[in-house]
Amino acid sequence: MTDTSGSRAEILRRIRQALTDVPAEETPGDVPVARDYLRVHAPRSPRERTDLLAAHLTDYRAHVHRTEEAGLPGTVARLLAEHGTRRAVVPAGLPGAWLAEVSGVEVVSGGGGLTAGELDAVDSVITGCALAVAETGTIVLDAGPDQGQRRITLIPDHHICVVRAPEQVVDSVPQALPRLDPARPLTWISGPSATSDIELDRVEGVHGPRTLDVVIVTAQSSA
Amino acid sequence: MSGTYLGLPSFPRAAAESTRDTQLRANLTHATHTIRDKRAVAIGELADWPQLRAAGAQVKDRTLRHLDHYLLQLEAAVTEAGGTVHWAADAEEANRIVARLVHATGESEVVKVKSMATQETGLNEALAAEGIAAYETDLAELIVQLGDDRPSHILVPAIHKNRTEIRDIFRTRMADWGRPAPEGLSDSPAELAEAARLHLREKFLRAKVGVSGANFMVAETGTMVVVESEGNGRMCLTLPETLISVVGIEKIVPTWRDLEIYLQTLPRSSTAERMNPYTSMWTGTSDGDGPKVFHLVLLDNGRTDTLADTVGRQALRCIRCSACLNVCPVYERAGGHAYGSPYPGPIGAILTPQLRGTDNELNASLPYASSLCGACYTVCPVAIDIPEVLVHLRERVVQGGPVTLRGTRTTIKPARGHAAERAAMRVGSWTLDHPAAWHTAQRLALRTRRLHPERAPGRTARAWTDSRELPALPEQSFRDWWRQRRKTRENGGDQ
Ligand code: SF4
Repeated sequence: MTDTSGSRAEILRRIRQALTDVPAEETPGDVPVARDYLRVHAPRSPRERTDLLAAHLTDYRAHVHRTEEAGLPGTVARLLAEHGTRRAVVPAGLPGAWLAEVSGVEVVSGGGGLTAGELDAVDSVITGCALAVAETGTIVLDAGPDQGQRRITLIPDHHICVVRAPEQVVDSVPQALPRLDPARPLTWISGPSATSDIELDRVEGVHGPRTLDVVIVTAQSSA
Repeated sequence: MSGTYLGLPSFPRAAAESTRDTQLRANLTHATHTIRDKRAVAIGELADWPQLRAAGAQVKDRTLRHLDHYLLQLEAAVTEAGGTVHWAADAEEANRIVARLVHATGESEVVKVKSMATQETGLNEALAAEGIAAYETDLAELIVQLGDDRPSHILVPAIHKNRTEIRDIFRTRMADWGRPAPEGLSDSPAELAEAARLHLREKFLRAKVGVSGANFMVAETGTMVVVESEGNGRMCLTLPETLISVVGIEKIVPTWRDLEIYLQTLPRSSTAERMNPYTSMWTGTSDGDGPKVFHLVLLDNGRTDTLADTVGRQALRCIRCSACLNVCPVYERAGGHAYGSPYPGPIGAILTPQLRGTDNELNASLPYASSLCGACYTVCPVAIDIPEVLVHLRERVVQGGPVTLRGTRTTIKPARGHAAERAAMRVGSWTLDHPAAWHTAQRLALRTRRLHPERAPGRTARAWTDSRELPALPEQSFRDWWRQRRKTRENGGDQ
């Protein structure tokens, strides 16, 4: 498209000229990086890890709900009702069981590529996640089948995100990255959209969902 | 850099002006103190902060020492993932590339995520000249844009405006750009944010082209990372059909794993949060998700000149967290505009003169826009020794010497009559006349010292003071040094 090959060569020339202090035989690996920082900031049981995730999400004004597997459909139905949702969007691969108790809500599939305008007329979105990070209070979406396109969790005003504990909960950022595939589009979410631009007063929901409900689902036996 | 900033007065004059603006100073003081107090708490949660800081610096040093290698690796990875890479030697070229790419889509408007690189190149003005409207979508940038103003802080660009001023800007200007402000808009932050939401959503939903910067680019995978709070970034990065990202060549990190350092240090250091509300990562284009076309414009614009300076090079480690602004007593009093560049505060004082050269009065005065108290170095999450670079640049201004300008090695002459140095003394005089600000900065430095081993002023500092025939006393505070110097001058000594 744009022919910037001249500038490409020029910038590379400038860089090499700028780095004449770097010995020719030095390779990138010769520049030391000490990774003696921690992989995790405290030892935690699976339960403590999940509790920390919940506490940190709450700190940043996400609403956290805990349930066992059997209670999930009821929780999803209740959250939609509480939000007054008339129309909800779900990714194509969302387990049908999650919606088993939803009634009086039109559920549209986000798999077919709704336009942004159509999404703007949707009240809520329900997704799973790729993983969650306890130390930072973050959920990560990777566009997997139960999460769908990035836009479906962005335009509706209300996002219900289901996290499976303990298997989807990691302690820390260093533990999260190896479990994620950089080739997929990733969205890290820590609380709802927020701004502090006006006199540093935090206001939720400038552009993304104003309400973030995180449902932490634990298997019957654990937690 | 940007035409917006040309013709601005030198730092001391601009600073003298803004320090008389009591509203500005009150806003700034409130903001910087709030952020830095919260920040200390957020960082206190991480027992390994010093190690993260050191690793953050080392990874950037590794990258900078082999920048050609990593840029080529990045180019290959982005291309492989379906993106197109462009190289821009300077601001004009970057703007030309973006304008051409926008024209090729047939569109005449773009939505923008806050990006310092495009502020640096003056992209919005350049696009306007080409008949393309660029809408800033970050709330603060919107405030600044609607108010025909300039950003004053890296992180909170409208920090100098209070809620009443913002309401007035929205009431009078929103209609000129699209959806007007709601009737009877009050000055409550929630109502103001809602007004911005409605005003901008209209633009997001119809936008065909998005323009962004990036906080990080991963060489091994070609992944771009944008860190934000509001969701306007997500809107611009995922809704348009075409995405154009303009990114400084220094924003690269070698590996996917390296993000584990910066995703911990950047949010805590900038907004004092454990993690910012939204981080978006994308690698080229993805089938059916987000833009169909992705362009990456790699920007030099003085970065290779900065790289050529072995002392000043460390400024390229900067991850734009803005922590150094919030602890700087000079920034607090002068405000961001006085620095005449998108990069204000301590980092601006060392980055701008290196990116632009020191051949005009404004740029030559910037290395003096500091009290050398060291608080900026103490807080910097990538351990840039800002005082060391300041002193080095002062030396360059007053003594001249070899530099690289637009890729060509040259020797600059000393500033005439040390004008910059004299100007600097005027800056110093008002900072030092405000002992409260001064002591706060020093106390802060002391409080965090056990986390970050302090360095005595470096080799260059002594070299500079020696060369100015001033006593080389590293233990002496700048304040004492200043007093002593003033006494000498009053007694008819030097100059
Ligand atoms: S110089 Fe350091 S403290 Fe200042 S903005 Fe850059 S990274 Fe942050």
